[in-house]
Amino acid sequence: MTDIVQYDVCIIGGGLVGCSAALHLTRAGQSVVLVERDSVGAHASGVNFGGVRRHGRNALELPLSLRSLDIWRNMAALVGNDCEFMPCGHLKVARNEAEMSVLEQWRGFGAQHGIDVELHNGAKLRQRFPWLSAQIYGASFCPGDGHANPRLAAPAFALRARAEGAVIIEGDGADVIEDAQGGFEVTLMSGKRLRASVLVNAAGAWGRTIAARYGDDAPVNAVAPQMFVSEPVPYFIDAVLGMVCGGLYLRQIPRGNVIFGGGRGTLSPDQRSSWPSDRVFAETVGLAGEIIPQLRNLAIIRSWTGVEGNCDDGLPVVGSSPRRQGLYHAFGFSGHGFQMAPAVGAVLSELITRGATPTDISALSPQRFADAKSGLVMAESEI
Amino acid sequence: MTDGDMTSADTPRIAIIGAGPAGIRAAETLVEAGLRVTLIDEAALPGGQIYRQPPPTLRRPAKALYGFEAGKAEALHSSFARLRSAIDYRPETLVWGARDNRLLLSSRAGNTEIAFDKLILATGAMDRIAPVAGWTQPGVYSLGGAQVVLKHQACLIGKRPIFAGTGPLLYLIAWQYLRAGSRPAAVLDTGSFAGQLRALPRLARQPRTLLKGLYFTAALRAKGIPVLYSALPARIDARDDNLVLTYTRNGRSHEIAGDAVALGSGLKPETQLAEILGCAFDFHSPSRSYLPRCDRMGRSSLATTYIAGDTGGIRGADAAEAGGALAALAVLEDLGRSVPEVRKRQLLTHMRRAEIFRSGLELAFAYPAPAIAGLADDTVLCRCENVTIGDLRAAIPQWNITEMNRLKAITRCGMGRCQGRVCGSAAMEVLASETHAPIESVGRLRGQIPLKPVVGSNFETKAAS
Ligand SMILES: Cc1cc2nc3c(=O)[nH]c(=O)nc-3n(C[C@H](O)[C@H](O)[C@H](O)COP(=O)(O)OP(=O)(O)OC[C@H]3O[C@@H](n4cnc5c(N)ncnc54)[C@H](O)[C@@H]3O)c2cc1C
Ligand SMILES: Cc1cc2nc3c(=O)[nH]c(=O)nc-3n(C[C@H](O)[C@H](O)[C@H](O)COP(=O)(O)OP(=O)(O)OC[C@H]3O[C@@H](n4cnc5c(N)ncnc54)[C@H](O)[C@@H]3O)c2cc1C
Repeated sequence: MTDIVQYDVCIIGGGLVGCSAALHLTRAGQSVVLVERDSVGAHASGVNFGGVRRHGRNALELPLSLRSLDIWRNMAALVGNDCEFMPCGHLKVARNEAEMSVLEQWRGFGAQHGIDVELHNGAKLRQRFPWLSAQIYGASFCPGDGHANPRLAAPAFALRARAEGAVIIEGDGADVIEDAQGGFEVTLMSGKRLRASVLVNAAGAWGRTIAARYGDDAPVNAVAPQMFVSEPVPYFIDAVLGMVCGGLYLRQIPRGNVIFGGGRGTLSPDQRSSWPSDRVFAETVGLAGEIIPQLRNLAIIRSWTGVEGNCDDGLPVVGSSPRRQGLYHAFGFSGHGFQMAPAVGAVLSELITRGATPTDISALSPQRFADAKSGLVMAESEI
Repeated sequence: MTDGDMTSADTPRIAIIGAGPAGIRAAETLVEAGLRVTLIDEAALPGGQIYRQPPPTLRRPAKALYGFEAGKAEALHSSFARLRSAIDYRPETLVWGARDNRLLLSSRAGNTEIAFDKLILATGAMDRIAPVAGWTQPGVYSLGGAQVVLKHQACLIGKRPIFAGTGPLLYLIAWQYLRAGSRPAAVLDTGSFAGQLRALPRLARQPRTLLKGLYFTAALRAKGIPVLYSALPARIDARDDNLVLTYTRNGRSHEIAGDAVALGSGLKPETQLAEILGCAFDFHSPSRSYLPRCDRMGRSSLATTYIAGDTGGIRGADAAEAGGALAALAVLEDLGRSVPEVRKRQLLTHMRRAEIFRSGLELAFAYPAPAIAGLADDTVLCRCENVTIGDLRAAIPQWNITEMNRLKAITRCGMGRCQGRVCGSAAMEVLASETHAPIESVGRLRGQIPLKPVVGSNFETKAAS
């Protein structure tokens, strides 16, 4: 028989959420083990669009989003790597008056949270963003938002956490979770067993199964957003672009490639992986060329997808389990988790070590599904 | 429903990708059996790499283009001409992806797709590069590229080009340059003379090919062109109007000047489609690479997909013709049709001989793995993304990297236009040597769609098929 090692906290899932939690908890003095069945950042966290925006977010998740932006701004100090965060601002475009009024309304929300966006239309819009198609009716620009490199973020958090004492296990997933001595006993696929007083469910699109094990069901389903990248061309798109209607999100990196997403690929039958749908190419690549006409002649060099957990109400599930003490959930980020994960780790650490967090996450609590009638708040599927 | 919607059992839809020797012989065998095939190739004219045809305005006699292989080239081209009206031939059409039983095509007319019941991948190979410092500067070509400009466009890369690397094509192409009026400055082989001697018994299984190889070397030497073994290129520098290649040989450093450099260390199968379709791959140690798994007749791990010619491993043009015909016979067998047993046995015997010959080539002209491990930090490895070997060496321990796709994610190596088709082999060597791991354990770069760049506007409107 092998010895069962005891930890304060066991985190299931090595996406950006789990890795961020590992770093913050380790810094708060906890002994931490993180279990990742593939490699850290191999799923949504490593392949997403890289959008870091508050702009247009559901007001209920803005407090978390605002706190996360502060962390993004100081990323180098936190993890020793800036993860290529570029605060170039986020531009959300409207194609008609109705869409423009959505932007105007959001300007009000934003102002309440201290975010000042600029509304542009007509000649002023084209002067400021000359690369936009003349079809665009108007737009809202949110300075301070931006983008980062998702391929670096989760590994950077994991490396830092490991350097500060966390145990990070890759290539071995949590197979069975049982109650043990007031805490949890986790048996890994390899047969290895771990014990911890606290369990963090950061299993992304797969978090629902773990939550359901304790009766905390949440309507989170796997989807596979699809991404594209063009050949590099001189940098000219100086803002991250989104559309009120969803449909397209786009950014250019200084190296020159234009990275954009829209539409959904295909999930494998076991929902563990996904691949691009060729049918989405026509739609999304076509739309990119419509919004930014210069992109029509660019070559597309790659497409890919990632598996994301989408919650029916468009909000993540973050907080302590209403049913099982010591169990914390942070999954189902509904297309927004890359931006928010840095703060999610900090919030989880506060909840676990101090029992409370100064960030208002009340609307994200798993409790909201315990009472079936609490219902949906607002659907927002855009990334 | 239109007439074209017959059930696939009646008229199986058969697609062949690649109109080289393998693809053409496969098409011919299937047409002879009364089936209709779709033959798709990126190139404008059939022939593949070895029997590539110039555009009509640059047409030259077969002897001038193909030398000793003129007869075979003419035979293949005329077989194709006979087939032409019996097949659905799609030239200048790139297969940019595949899913289940659909192929995604891109041509000047736009994008379209076709469905298949059986698919033969005869996509051939491309140059395998062993980078050296300075290989990305103007005047340095891949070896195959140097041949393409000569065969296709009747141009030379230089009047005094240096040929460096390894493999039988090194000698063949240097000789073709010599015949075309160029005077190669030198032929530098990274392989050792002892290695070539050791490989002789296996190479003797195809005596004609072996003799041709010896002939090229002799012909080059007779013209006073230095042909050196165990010469490891170290760097290429532009000096005045020259490119100077520095190489080490027997522990000593030497220089040679020329006006161009052709670099190539053998060939690398084009296996991305097999990968995207989900074919199983196995590590093949002599070539230090992963190859699609297939049986002797070319059946892959997928019931729909067959592998023919260089796609399954580099065996050369004659074996590609045999392999194409065999894959077609496998398709016929699997469709429940009868196949000519005698012919099948002959082809299998041919393939067995080719297999031994191939193992001889791999012995004589091994990929220069140790040389790559020893390259200077400032050597560019991934030219699409401008990633140096030093960048990889720094990132590997810093990020604890042990696998190729993580190496790509962190460093961008293999993330550009070519998707690592050029730098992948060398990057595997660097990762293996830096982590002291066996090469097979570092994995391989995943292929992604589109396999090659496709211009955005092509996706807007689907062309009618
Ligand atoms: C294509 C795409 C584009 C996106 N664009 C953006 C964007 O621009 N901005 C933004 O903010 N968000 C974006 N998102 C969403 C964002 O990527 C995710 O919300 C975020 O990465 C979720 O992080 P995570 O750690 O919860 O999940 P993941 O990164 O999926 O990590 C969960 C991990 O848990 C592991 N796991 C699961 N079960 C087990 C088990 N039993 N044992 C061990 N390990 C297990 C998985 O292997 C996985 O690595 C996008 C998502 C996708 C797919
Ligand atoms: C540059 C080069 C030069 C060579 N020169 C010689 C030589 O002179 N003598 C010699 O003996 N051997 C030569 N070879 C080796 C040669 O590969 C074989 O001898 C022989 O041509 C292999 O035949 P094949 O039918 O397997 O493939 P190939 O002849 O390579 O034919 C493959 C065909 O598939 C097409 N194709 C590939 N991918 C796609 C796609 N995604 N969509 C559409 N079409 C596609 C290509 O356009 C090509 O026409 C050369 C190889 C290369 C790469």
